[in-house]
Amino acid sequence: MDRRFEALKKEGRPALVTYFMGGDPDYETSLEIMKALPGAGSDVIELGMPFSDPMADGPAIQAAGLRALNAGQTLVRTLAMARAFRETDQDTPIVMMGYYNPIYIYGVDRFVADALAAGVDGLIVVDLPPEMDDELCLPAVKAGLNFIRLATPTTDDRRLPTVLKNTSGFVYYISMNGITGSALPDPSVVGGAVQRIKGHTSLPVCVGFGVKTAEHARLIGASADGVVVGTAIVNRVAGSLTPDGKASASTIEAVTSLVRELADGVRAARPVAAE
Amino acid sequence: MNQPLKPNSFRAGPDENGRFGIFGGRFVAETLMPLILDLEREWNKAKTDPEFQAELQHLNTHYTGRPSPLYFAERLTAHLGGAKIYFKRDELNHTGSHKINNCLGQILLAKRMGKTRIIAETGAGQHGVASATVAARFGFPCIVYMGATDVERQAPNVFRMKLLGAEVRPVTSGHGTLKDAMNEALRDWVTNVEDTYYIIGTAAGPHPYPELVREFQSVIGKETREQIMAVEGRLPDMVIAAVGGGSNAIGLFHPFLDDESVQIVGVEAGGKGLDGEEHCASLTAGTPGVLHGNRTYLLQTPDGQIKEGHSISAGLDYPGIGPEHSWLHQIGRAEYVPIMDDEALAAFQLLTKLEGIIPALEPSHALAEVIKRAPKMGKDQIIVMNLCGRGDKDIFTVGKILGMGL
Repeated sequence: MDRRFEALKKEGRPALVTYFMGGDPDYETSLEIMKALPGAGSDVIELGMPFSDPMADGPAIQAAGLRALNAGQTLVRTLAMARAFRETDQDTPIVMMGYYNPIYIYGVDRFVADALAAGVDGLIVVDLPPEMDDELCLPAVKAGLNFIRLATPTTDDRRLPTVLKNTSGFVYYISMNGITGSALPDPSVVGGAVQRIKGHTSLPVCVGFGVKTAEHARLIGASADGVVVGTAIVNRVAGSLTPDGKASASTIEAVTSLVRELADGVRAARPVAAE
Repeated sequence: MNQPLKPNSFRAGPDENGRFGIFGGRFVAETLMPLILDLEREWNKAKTDPEFQAELQHLNTHYTGRPSPLYFAERLTAHLGGAKIYFKRDELNHTGSHKINNCLGQILLAKRMGKTRIIAETGAGQHGVASATVAARFGFPCIVYMGATDVERQAPNVFRMKLLGAEVRPVTSGHGTLKDAMNEALRDWVTNVEDTYYIIGTAAGPHPYPELVREFQSVIGKETREQIMAVEGRLPDMVIAAVGGGSNAIGLFHPFLDDESVQIVGVEAGGKGLDGEEHCASLTAGTPGVLHGNRTYLLQTPDGQIKEGHSISAGLDYPGIGPEHSWLHQIGRAEYVPIMDDEALAAFQLLTKLEGIIPALEPSHALAEVIKRAPKMGKDQIIVMNLCGRGDKDIFTVGKILGMGL
């Protein structure tokens, strides 16, 4: 992961971080989507672990999670997906993202071991703030996984050091208070917030929430080390399904065409930065 | 009135991290963390602030009508032929249930914190009505999230909330039930952290909610102690209450936790039976997990996905339970048992006929357990049951099941 961000820094452009829901709309299609992401221009992959009660997500990601669960997705299968991806791609960083309960039930030590064995690089667990680091963060970091933390507009300068402690990989800045799938906030405000966080850490700062188009990616990418896109990708999957909710011939292309546009967006983010 | 804590008190929890043993905690998104820490700071100040306590007590007395009576159910006692049965009559409170105790406390906290907008979740609508009531009383706009299924089956409470000026937002995400309403309220809260106060309706959620809701509801148990000492000159042998999230139960139980002679029984919704999927018995049929900000017993799949609960009573229809109950269950200080839909329904009808009191379906579960236990106990023994809500809201549900058109 550090290598990837280092390389992009030399290239003078922000990373494109793509989120998709593991198992949506079914295991095979979802794995195909994952395998197609790097070729379409994704630099870092966030692999969503579905949960029945995603309290920080909007309707699009909740629906994607339910589709995956209804198609039989489990944490075992999500880990298998990462492992299968690694067979053909040893470079693209994989970050597993979701909620704590399925991991807790799977068993923390077993999960950390299996994630490492599958070639996972990092974790984002939405409902584990720094106050709960004993649960998963410390065992994961000790074993060599990155634990990526969310920072938000409510994370003030007093709290930032707490949030940045025990974190690695990158910082995921959520550009507004709210749930996934909301509208894009003012890029200049976001830029200020990124600078504020950078005053506290040398880690790359990636920004998410509200990025849906290449233009958004360009605007946000101007000030951030990475741009995270999730809901827009999940919506592409949803929009491509047959009336009975199954994958169609256009599902993969629906995702990759968007990712290609977004990749163009991040490459246009800093026209003068290629010094 | 406040007993001193013993060295190994059961009443000392939670610890500074909001834990009751392994249960409780603060499992929330980062957006909410600063707010929850603010709330904790404000709550710690308020609970020792005489002015706050005085204002709450004044409202409890003059607005809610506290203390609620402790009533000796003479005919039910004679009918069952065993222990003397007392009801703590929180169904006589303003708004018809114990929920008002918590809402008044929390709206005073919201006021102290300078918040200007109230949100709440509700299942049966009792907490929604109580939240809408205090919001009206203090002049706050109020939004109540309610599962679309519940909106339909609790139409009278929906109308009451609207009359009180609240906006009721039906929740269709997920399966449109209480847990989805709670998810939706949490989503509103992360979106509107600056000005919004979330009145959680039960003794669950991230720390400090389980503690502060318990403290506001403990007025039930404190009054019961005084009242039973006044009439009987001794403590009861058993206290019983229904448990959904568990706020009325913890309110009754907590002041008795260190009294070894007092047996404590919580009654869960067994729905159509624990063998199938249609029940809400988180403690008797669930396993520990993490949901809605706390670790507690949950109904879940082997893969850690949360299941839907089922109960005849919408107020018990939640797949989790307050973390302090999980702890009391684990250490064995309280006993938790399931009661089936049909048993609760029979108890509902019995009390109506014998005592002229129409109970809500939630305390009807506790009553069904009283009906099982009282005959096996001596006539000199005493049971106190929390009659935490009145049954007016349930007459349509009951009428439908009994085949009477309303």
